[in-house]
Amino acid sequence: MLDVSALQNQFGAEIAFSEFRDNRRVTVPAASLFPVLESLKNQHGFSMLIDITAVDYLESEGATDRFGVVYCLLNMQSGERLIVKTFVNDPDPVLPSAYSFWKGADWMEREVFDMFGIRFDGHPDLRRILTPDEFTSFPLRKDYPLKGRGERHNFPVLTRAES
Amino acid sequence: MPLTFAETTPADAPEQEYLWTLNFGPQHPATHTTLRLILTLDGERVVNAVPHIGYLHSGFEKLGEHLDFNQYVTIVDRMNYLSPMANEISWHHAVEKLLGIELTPRCKYLRTILAEIMRIQDHLLNVGTTALDLGAFTAFLYCFTQREKIYDIVETASGQRYHTSYTRVGGVLFDVNDAWIDKVRKFVKELPATHAEVHKLLTRNRIFIDRTKGIGVLSTEDAINMSATGPIARASGVVRDLRKDEPYLAYADLDSTFQVVCAKAGDCYSRFLVRMQEITESLKIIEAAIENIPAGPVNVDPGTHVVIPSKPAVYRSIEGLIQHFEIIMPNRGYEVPKEELYAATETANGELGFYLVSDGTTRAYRARTRPPSFIHFALFPHMIRGHQLSDVPAVLGSINIIAAELDR
Repeated sequence: MLDVSALQNQFGAEIAFSEFRDNRRVTVPAASLFPVLESLKNQHGFSMLIDITAVDYLESEGATDRFGVVYCLLNMQSGERLIVKTFVNDPDPVLPSAYSFWKGADWMEREVFDMFGIRFDGHPDLRRILTPDEFTSFPLRKDYPLKGRGERHNFPVLTRAES
Repeated sequence: MPLTFAETTPADAPEQEYLWTLNFGPQHPATHTTLRLILTLDGERVVNAVPHIGYLHSGFEKLGEHLDFNQYVTIVDRMNYLSPMANEISWHHAVEKLLGIELTPRCKYLRTILAEIMRIQDHLLNVGTTALDLGAFTAFLYCFTQREKIYDIVETASGQRYHTSYTRVGGVLFDVNDAWIDKVRKFVKELPATHAEVHKLLTRNRIFIDRTKGIGVLSTEDAINMSATGPIARASGVVRDLRKDEPYLAYADLDSTFQVVCAKAGDCYSRFLVRMQEITESLKIIEAAIENIPAGPVNVDPGTHVVIPSKPAVYRSIEGLIQHFEIIMPNRGYEVPKEELYAATETANGELGFYLVSDGTTRAYRARTRPPSFIHFALFPHMIRGHQLSDVPAVLGSINIIAAELDR
């Protein structure tokens, strides 16, 4: 089991720990995310990155930050899971990339960028992945309507003669 | 001779004039669904592959924020449509974990049996189509004959052959009857014969071995570092199976009946072998579970106010009608903790997880899916580099990409 106080001693007391069901979570300020991930990978044995995702807290009551970015980690030796959470805000949501620790972060970060517009510094190839390159919005943000903003209608129509 | 592993070229090798580019997909029989690869070739050797995905992106996760926990099951179905019920079980596993509901023993066993049947269904298709892509048509037909029987089993349980939408919060849509149990028993008895035939057709087939052995090698370190799970990781020597490591449903009871299947080589051939052996292990689980399926109610106690009452109760009693109304109406519903959690199950393709954020209503505030296909497809350029063009379908088949799950 990860000793959270060791992390707190090393990276400051802002690192908060919480638990729900069997999920163990640490909340880390964005500034110390990179060293914390590094320490989790190299010192605490979290060798596998299960998932990176983000949550837009725009419509959430009582939320102070806009985006939460979630890293689900797994220790392959002990089978322990840990969720690392951090917050970023408009107008320039940017985080350091975890690609240098886990190569699996590549497409996960691209998806978060595509869906939420959160940039990852140091990512080798940060492009849109699911939506077309010409797409301008970030569909999973809460201010993006379910039916879209008419992007579909603005794509040029190819006729058979042109194709 | 593809038996020796070809020398790989690093991704940052200088662009050379004699390299040429080949567009593969989005509409190509070997992609099975809609995905596209830009291959850089040196003669017939693949120097680099750049996947382009998103052709089937239809905003499932956005829909998950607008549909309630029971409605979203119809969407989750359509992610990995080769084993639809496994997705439903995984989704409601996450929801029930969030709500803190303990399922009834009968429901646990029923879902376990169905999850294993889905694993067999997925593996049969994968083995069949991989062989088909490599030119072995017969094995494909053998596998699909058995898949038809699985459709029948699923239809008897849920009334639907394909997109079943069978699970509900706290239980399932209908309980199963004895006829269904007999059908499963019959299937468990019949499948080993087909399984043995497919083994005979492929496992020692010279052409099949030449096409798959030493192709698309993924080392143990890379498998862990690049987040591979499921049969792909296990074929690379990663000993991890959520059914053993984090038992859910009835797997804790059935722990002694099955083993985790692993291989060391990490190539397409060992992925095929792992899948074939997993079918056998799944059969053992089903065999043990179907004989020990407990009697009793399949849904949790209606007093918990999360489970939709049965249709006869809704139509014939005022209490049932009111409860149905309370659950279905958008401004009613049940109490959901204002929390977030990650929950995962082992599906045929790997770890299918859901990161659920709740705002206290019966709709998820955020319903993130961790799709195994998406994470495995990111491995593809790494696996194919240095191999021949004709190995592309072999590797694509062996990592079992389902574009609907890939793009969501």
